[in-house]
Amino acid sequence: MADTSTSDLHRNHPLENQLFATGNVLIKPGHALARISLRAAGDQIEEINQVLSLDLPDSPKTSVARDERTALWLGPDEWLILDNLSSDLHELPKNLAQMLCSAVDISHRNTSIIVSGKGAVGVLNTGCPQNLSMEAFPVGACSRTILGKSEIILLRIGTSTFHVECWRSFSDYVWKYLVDGAKTL
Amino acid sequence: MMGSSNRIPGKGNLSPAKTVSFTFDGRTLTALEGDTLASALLANGIHLTGRSFKYHRPRGILTSGPEEPNAVMDISRDKARTQPNVRASVQEVFDGLNAKSQNRWPSLEFDIGSINNSMSRFFPAGFYYKTFKWPQSAWDKIYEPVIQKAAGLGVAPEEADPDSYANQFAHCQVLVVGSGAAGLTAAMVAAKSGKRVILCDERPEFGGSLLSETQTTIDGLKATEWIAQTLEELHSLSNVILLKRTTAFGYYAHNMITLNERVSDHLAAPHPDLPRERLWQVRADQVILATGAIERQIVFPDNDRPAIMLASAARDYLNQHGVTPGHNIGVYTACDSAWSAAFDLKEAGIEIVAIIDTREDIDAELLGRANDLEIKILKAHKVTATTGYLRVKSVSVEPLSGGARQKFEIDCLIMSGGWTPSVHLFSQSRGKLKFDEANGRFIPDVYAQNCICVGSCNGTDELSDAIIEASTAAGEKHQLDIEYAPSMDGHLIGSPHNIDSNRHSASFVDFQNDVKASDIRLAVQEGMHSIEHVKRYTTTGMASDQGKMSNMHGLSIAAQVLNKDIPEVGLTTFRAPYTPVSFGSIANHSRGELFDPTRRTAIHSWAAENGAVFEDVGNWKRAWYFPKAGEDMHAAVNRECRTTRDIAGIFDASTLGKIEAVGPDAVKFMNLMYTNPWDKLGVGRCRYGIMCREDGYIYDDGVIARLAEDRFHITTTTGGAPRVLNMMEDYLQTEFPDWKVWLTSTSEQWAVIAVNGPKARQIIEPFVEDIDLEPEAMPHMSVREGKICGIPCRLMRVSFTGEVGFEINIPADYGRSVWEAIYAHGHPMGLVPYGTEAMHVMRAEKGYIIVGQDTDGTVTPQDAGVGWAIGRKKTDFVGIRGLKRPDLIAEGRRQLVGLKTKNPKTVLEEGAQIVDDPNQSVPMKMIGFVTSSYWSEVLGQSIALAVVENGHSRLGETLYVPMENETFEVEVTSTVFYDPAGERING
Repeated sequence: MADTSTSDLHRNHPLENQLFATGNVLIKPGHALARISLRAAGDQIEEINQVLSLDLPDSPKTSVARDERTALWLGPDEWLILDNLSSDLHELPKNLAQMLCSAVDISHRNTSIIVSGKGAVGVLNTGCPQNLSMEAFPVGACSRTILGKSEIILLRIGTSTFHVECWRSFSDYVWKYLVDGAKTL
Repeated sequence: MMGSSNRIPGKGNLSPAKTVSFTFDGRTLTALEGDTLASALLANGIHLTGRSFKYHRPRGILTSGPEEPNAVMDISRDKARTQPNVRASVQEVFDGLNAKSQNRWPSLEFDIGSINNSMSRFFPAGFYYKTFKWPQSAWDKIYEPVIQKAAGLGVAPEEADPDSYANQFAHCQVLVVGSGAAGLTAAMVAAKSGKRVILCDERPEFGGSLLSETQTTIDGLKATEWIAQTLEELHSLSNVILLKRTTAFGYYAHNMITLNERVSDHLAAPHPDLPRERLWQVRADQVILATGAIERQIVFPDNDRPAIMLASAARDYLNQHGVTPGHNIGVYTACDSAWSAAFDLKEAGIEIVAIIDTREDIDAELLGRANDLEIKILKAHKVTATTGYLRVKSVSVEPLSGGARQKFEIDCLIMSGGWTPSVHLFSQSRGKLKFDEANGRFIPDVYAQNCICVGSCNGTDELSDAIIEASTAAGEKHQLDIEYAPSMDGHLIGSPHNIDSNRHSASFVDFQNDVKASDIRLAVQEGMHSIEHVKRYTTTGMASDQGKMSNMHGLSIAAQVLNKDIPEVGLTTFRAPYTPVSFGSIANHSRGELFDPTRRTAIHSWAAENGAVFEDVGNWKRAWYFPKAGEDMHAAVNRECRTTRDIAGIFDASTLGKIEAVGPDAVKFMNLMYTNPWDKLGVGRCRYGIMCREDGYIYDDGVIARLAEDRFHITTTTGGAPRVLNMMEDYLQTEFPDWKVWLTSTSEQWAVIAVNGPKARQIIEPFVEDIDLEPEAMPHMSVREGKICGIPCRLMRVSFTGEVGFEINIPADYGRSVWEAIYAHGHPMGLVPYGTEAMHVMRAEKGYIIVGQDTDGTVTPQDAGVGWAIGRKKTDFVGIRGLKRPDLIAEGRRQLVGLKTKNPKTVLEEGAQIVDDPNQSVPMKMIGFVTSSYWSEVLGQSIALAVVENGHSRLGETLYVPMENETFEVEVTSTVFYDPAGERING
């Protein structure tokens, strides 16, 4: 993970200064996160867990969170690690480099949008075909899915709060789709 | 309205106090809130609402629901908000609504097109297959334009649709379609058991046909009270979504049902954010279809005159809107339900001239009530004729067994040929139907999905049975105490009593498509023996009818002529949508900016602020060129090229696809995917790679950097990024799943700033930390990791211009800041930003190919002149066998060469064909074409790349490019026009 803490260069977040709210939904950009795309073979998981200091989830649509770090199951050998910048995630690739896995920094590839409020499920379901009921998609559930014509990764962080990840250049589309959806509810 | 004699005081559930104003064909009329356009017109004594499709016959309101074939109109709020083909029986009236009748000119009452009616013998079934065959030349000029003008109803609006539309995906445990007694019961039972339920109904009110049952009581409550009580309970449950004005129109695989909710079409002044319609895409564990049944007309001569309508429609208008369709009403029926309509009308003070029933045996209770109400009864009679042009005036009847004909003066005739179960959705779900001989109808038989039909759509006509069936389907059997239940007994399909009389008269089977009983008979006589052929030959049941009104009649008539049983003739397929759905609803959010994602780089905003003109590359916006004041595109591009070669240029290359391949088998994987050898590429070095498909043709190319023994930074073309990653993953997952290598797209992780030109190094040097930029330390085609502006970066010494070049990869959020820092430092030295056009020119000057421009999917590496990129000693890579195919190594292949025009000022057109002898006769033998062509400011002449047969052995030859007005002479050259020795790239 790139350690950018020594630079005072201005960082341009793709959705800077955006905010949208209605009576029952709030849409705002998520703050900057460190992100790693982790790919690994099954026999390496134990050791990787040690380095990550959390247990990687092993079933579809689940995530594991510990302290500032969340690991999302995306595929049988694929995880997305999200981490607050305050922790030392930038050391991880170095530590993982010794193992049979691939850890790639994608902190800037993705950006996040937080959708919250009573209308959050309704807004997401204007473009995301997944069943977002609490039974099918409880807090902590995650999925790589779509919103309209864009790929997103959806993580439920509260009963009515969702973390939406998308690629940087799709964030304008995803943002506008969510806002359009919220207006029509 | 108050004075209207068609509004019956005390009838219906509309408030006389709430009036609204609307127009019909320019006339301002008054309606009550809650009226449909149809009930409002009837209240104003208007039956004539349109002209028929083919014969322009005057037509009136036939039904009270979405099956309406006649009263389809143009509805508008304003100039942009106008919609053709709206069914008057569905559209609710709001203040300010404008309705216009269709398919008539100059007016509804006097329509020139009705000449078609008197010429109807020239428009028999399949007429356009017969009439317009000859002469061939007349088709384009006469027949097609005329048919196109005559085809279709209504006029599309000319302005863009200003309304918004929405989409909602939903999941539920039980979806109930239809809210009559069966639907409400099913929804209630399912909801009370805690299941997540969606209940939808196409009408503005829940309750289905129960809304018109004035006598029926359920558990001691009047039907309307029972509906209200049930709804109140459903509303109080949080696990229920109730959707009215919502049509379930499509039933797809895995219990996916699409609903169209009309959100604001009934409102006078909808909130601007309110969508007009909302598409619901519902996945349900269980679907309960309670879609009811649709009443049929009876097929008899001139059964289509205005004010001839379905008995159930008359009853709905009376009992729900308080409107009578006439004052001297005749009743023609084969079914008990029309008797109930007659009783309700009579009790409301309307004269019932006679009940004409085709049946001999009629329920004693009905007879008793009719006698009590002093209604004339004609048993075993049939209607033989009607009169009245713009509204029915009389009806003639005679006994089925023959005998004296009687004629009655009437102002309205209501009819019932019985009820057709609405099996559309069931049939769409791939369920199989069976024929119920006793009742002349098809009913659900074999289910294909987790779905169950309840109530009259399942042939369960008895109300108490329907409630048991519905509740059982929803999980718990309920029995309710029903009194005075409506009867739907009795039916008539086809026109068994009017075979002779309607051979040449107009007994309509399908009102919407103007198909008569005689058309069906003719179609069969002309050899259409399958119902699917009959349907297409006559168009019966096509378009929005989808078999709602016409199916059973058409089938019965065809079966009779064929002398077969109905099931043997078959049933046509029911298709989605059940009723028409607007394009707006289907497109919903995907319009305007949301039609497709527009991708912009981290540096886009700087380019926009600095006057860049953008071009679309796939979904990306890329800076095309940066014109200064007064410059056109050519001047800007010339300046950008010249300055980059003289000093330096800065270019946003962020859109390049990037893939990080990591793992101990990474090099093995690279050897597989690319034609080049990779084993000897040292860490810190870059190589230009070519990727082929299995067939040996070039698929993509790019520079690949080796960051570590087990880590490659791959770049792809901008447009190729997704498909290259897909193809790589495909090989990994399906062919080599045991290889230890993983791929991650990093296209958007890195913003890429390319600085090219003699001063490139000088410009970036002050910002670079931890990297030695000396050419000896960092030669062309090398990569280093270090920092720029304090930000970790991957710095590559590569070039797509032929000048010294650096590509700075930095985390995307810092892209603009780093760009600005470099530009601020370089600008005083003469650094210019350049766009994709200058990039294209400069790379062409060096003969660097662009995959997709200089290749077209039939060009091999050898053809493109990059055969050197194929590892000669390699034993395998994707495409290795393809490249050995005889036709790929044969003589005469088109090969990439350079072209210089004899006149250096002539810039060839890309795509122009090339010949070797301009004097041959047309069509000439084309031996190739121009793939890239530009004005090269640096060389002071035009340059072009082209693929030409045996091009590589034609260097120095003269060829020709014939254009419309001129033939250009060109010389075949090397593809490298500028700095052929390649000295500049090393600085």
